[in-house]
Amino acid sequence: MHSFGYRANALLTFAVTILALMCAMASVSDNFNTPTPSAQVQVLNINWFQKQPNGNDEVSMTMNISADLQSLFTWNTKQVFVFLAAEYETPKNSLNQISLWDGIIPSKEHAKFWIHTSNKYRFIDQGSNLRGKEYNLTMHWHVMPKTGKMFADKIVMPGYRLPQEYR
Amino acid sequence: MDWQGQKIAEQLMQIMLLAFTVIAFATGYLMASFQMMILIYAGGVVLTTLVTVPNWPFFNHHPLKWLDPSELEKHPKPQSSLNVNSKNKSVKK
Repeated sequence: MHSFGYRANALLTFAVTILALMCAMASVSDNFNTPTPSAQVQVLNINWFQKQPNGNDEVSMTMNISADLQSLFTWNTKQVFVFLAAEYETPKNSLNQISLWDGIIPSKEHAKFWIHTSNKYRFIDQGSNLRGKEYNLTMHWHVMPKTGKMFADKIVMPGYRLPQEYR
Repeated sequence: MDWQGQKIAEQLMQIMLLAFTVIAFATGYLMASFQMMILIYAGGVVLTTLVTVPNWPFFNHHPLKWLDPSELEKHPKPQSSLNVNSKNKSVKK
C-alpha cells in the first residue's frame, strides 16, 4: 500500500474478486424462485399424413399453443428458450422426441403467449409407426441466465393420437 | 502516505468495497434488476478508487517522528575495546 500503483492493483484485484462472488450469489438466488408455468396445446387439424418414399411416416399439423412462463423469469434471467416436442415410444426406440416448434422468449412481458401455427419442423418418424399412434406433447424450456447456472424443465401433456389412416 | 495512512487506506478500501457490494446486491435483488446491481457496484468501485488510491492529506496525519540528533550524544554508541597488547619480539644475536 506504499505506492499509487500498488494501491490501485490491490483495489482492482479485490473488486474483481468480489464481483465474481456477487455474480455467484445472483446465480444462487435463482434457486429461491419457485416457478409455476402452465402450457396448453390443441391440435386443430392434421394437415397432411403420408408415408415418404423412403418408408418413413411424416405428419404436418396445425396447433394452438398457449403458455404462461412468466414465473420462470428472475432478475438473473436473460431469456428463455422454449420448444414443443412430440414424444412417443416405438419398438425401435423407447423415446422418440421430435421438436415441432421452438421460440426464444426475450422478456417476462413476452412469456405469456398464444400462437396458432403449423409445426415449424417436420414431424418424421424413423419408420412407419405413426398410424394410430398415441403420443405426448411436451413443452421444454431452458432458462438462460445472465450469469451462472442454466435451469431446464418441462411440462408433459399426454393424450394425443394420430389418425389410423393416411390422408 | 505514512505507515498509519497505508493501514487506513487498505482497511477503508475493503470496508467500502464490501459495503457497496451489499448495497448493490440488495438493491439489484429488490428491484429485480441485474443491471442496477452492476451499475451501483461499478459506481462504488470508482468512488472507492478515488478515495483510497491517491495520497490524500488525511492519510498523512501520523508522520514518523525521527529522534533529535542530540539524543545521539546522550546515548553514545558502545565501543569495543581495541587494547590489543602486542609486543615486538626481537631476537638479538
